[in-house]
Amino acid sequence: MHDGIGRPTVAVWKFASCDGCQLSLLSAEDELLRIAEEVHIAYFLEATREVVEGPYDLSLVEGSITTPDDAERIRHVRDISTTLITIGACATAGGIQALRNFGDLDAFRSLVYARPEVVASLADSTAIAEHVPVDLELRGCPIETDQLVEVISAVLAGRKPVTPTHSVCVECKLRGNVCVAVADGTPCLGPVTQAGCGARCPAFARGCYGCFGPTESPNPASLSAWLEEQFGVDHPELLRLYRTFNADAPAFRSESRRHEEVAP
Amino acid sequence: MAGPQLGGAAVMAVDELDTLILALRADGYRVVGPTIRDGTIVHADLERSSDLPQGWTDEQGPGTYRARSVDGDAQFSYAVGPSSPKEELFPPRQRLWTATSDGDASFQVVEEVRETPRIAFLGLRGCELAAIAIQDRVFLRGSYQDEVYAANRSDTLLIAVECGSPGGTCFCASMGTGPRVDDGADLILTELLDGDPRFLVRVGSDTGAALLERLTHREASAADLDAREQVVTAAAAMMGRTLDTDGLHDLLLDNLDHPRWDTVADRCLACTNCTLVCPTCFCSTIEDTTDLRGEKAYRDRRWDSCFGLEFSHATPASVRTSTKARYRQWMTHKLATWIDQFGTSGCVGCGRCITWCPVGIDITEEAAAIRRASDPTPADLPVPPTGAR
Ligand code: SF4
Ligand code: SF4
Ligand code: SF4
Ligand code: SF4
Repeated sequence: MHDGIGRPTVAVWKFASCDGCQLSLLSAEDELLRIAEEVHIAYFLEATREVVEGPYDLSLVEGSITTPDDAERIRHVRDISTTLITIGACATAGGIQALRNFGDLDAFRSLVYARPEVVASLADSTAIAEHVPVDLELRGCPIETDQLVEVISAVLAGRKPVTPTHSVCVECKLRGNVCVAVADGTPCLGPVTQAGCGARCPAFARGCYGCFGPTESPNPASLSAWLEEQFGVDHPELLRLYRTFNADAPAFRSESRRHEEVAP
Repeated sequence: MAGPQLGGAAVMAVDELDTLILALRADGYRVVGPTIRDGTIVHADLERSSDLPQGWTDEQGPGTYRARSVDGDAQFSYAVGPSSPKEELFPPRQRLWTATSDGDASFQVVEEVRETPRIAFLGLRGCELAAIAIQDRVFLRGSYQDEVYAANRSDTLLIAVECGSPGGTCFCASMGTGPRVDDGADLILTELLDGDPRFLVRVGSDTGAALLERLTHREASAADLDAREQVVTAAAAMMGRTLDTDGLHDLLLDNLDHPRWDTVADRCLACTNCTLVCPTCFCSTIEDTTDLRGEKAYRDRRWDSCFGLEFSHATPASVRTSTKARYRQWMTHKLATWIDQFGTSGCVGCGRCITWCPVGIDITEEAAAIRRASDPTPADLPVPPTGAR
């Protein structure tokens, strides 16, 4: 599968997504050039029309599965890839479009499309791992370029990548951020959200929005109880806090559902 | 005039703080002390005494911190913030070595060159001096000496300022680490606000004595010493929290199955904040990475916490999978097994873990709950958050 000069081949695939994760790779020009020296980018339609036939050593998959065709296509991608890594919240948790999993697809479809009957769509937007085995999931909306470079370096070296699954709070403390939740009373999802962003939002005095999805041991129920008690955040607002880019990640899904039940 | 020697006491005017900072900087020290940033009193490099948070105080409680400006001349009228000397002596991230490959199978390992920075800590409280002493024991006095910590600690100067304004989460008096400071620092200052604002300066080392020589000072009077006594006595009576340490070691270790661990685990987010702000917690993990070309490999060390799942990873899986097991590890280590390991408690009563816990979990309250009942009644157990696991 290696190309003529021994570089591993890489394919970048798109499913239901905004292309933001692919763009974060494209816009990281320096890294992309370095990556392109070490691997043969054999299939990346967002970047080039040149296509080298598979199979591929590494596939990076962006987007969620929302149509019957895509459910088929991802099986094919898996079949022709030695290593499959999902990139971003869509591929890893269904993305923002998984908000439809909480509503009625037919109702949405007839509102949006003139001829809804010709739009083939699955009831839910689902993560890639619900369809095929995934070797590694890279979180974030969008992904962090540094993490992608780290994962590719790790695959090339045949080692374990450094992509910790602990909370964003660790990154806050490592970079010396003052905690916005404690020092300012700003609701912050950092304690239940997986690290990877480098605690970017708290560094700019914003609460974490949870775009990297739940931690390894999330306890959103306790965080919600505290936000309600101390900051007066009500149930509809708590529901919205968890129902964003990772709305369908299990820990966030069950927590937002809980606030649905108590919300008026 | 020959100034006070070791153990002696003098008085200096408030303006002399500036002279002190300039003198230290002239000697090549970084002066690390409190300043106000992002509405919080944190440690930073000080250039002049005007960098100190003069006119600021703080209000602290479980999960909450607010700095507030106040009238008056006080320079040190606040309790400890989230920073501690740990950040300088045992930095959050340290590179240990880099390996370079020449393309073939051979490679070279280059160890990091360890600088020995001159750091003068200004404004250390009793709890912070005690925390440094504990980390000295952990990193320097065991069978293994930590070279990163040793390098950072090798040329430090400690200038304490006794605490006159403990916060809502402080309990150093219970832990015997403050507010009174009698040794462990090169100079020990006490801010006296009765009458003319001034500092009582006591000498804790020859370096401290030499430093005092360079400041304008007079001999301390009995009235000055009296005023200091009043400051620390009043502070000791103002502790926001208490912890009954009597028999605490056995109490905790005899109650490893107490239902209270379940209650606190329902609240705990396993977020690690309590351990990372704790001035004595010393755990780290190793991160091995390589560059894209595969020409360089790096070994880095960064802070870690027993609240992480990976922390107890032992092939094939993590040992402490529940938050209950992890909270129990943290608290029993701080208050009990630390004593077996290092001969003192691992807690100095600074209150940081209480203030900076995003859901306000209070180590003193958790210990008290276990003490209250070995056979707890429902009234002893707080109501868990709605829908908690
Ligand atoms: S600001 Fe948010 S992410 Fe950072 S320590 Fe506080 S709660 Fe955690
Ligand atoms: S356990 Fe808490 S109170 Fe004790 S030293 Fe650590 S942070 Fe301070
Ligand atoms: S309490 Fe946890 S993080 Fe702190 S020193 Fe002990 S094991 Fe390490
Ligand atoms: S006790 Fe508080 S700060 Fe510590 S891990 Fe639990 S929630 Fe986080």
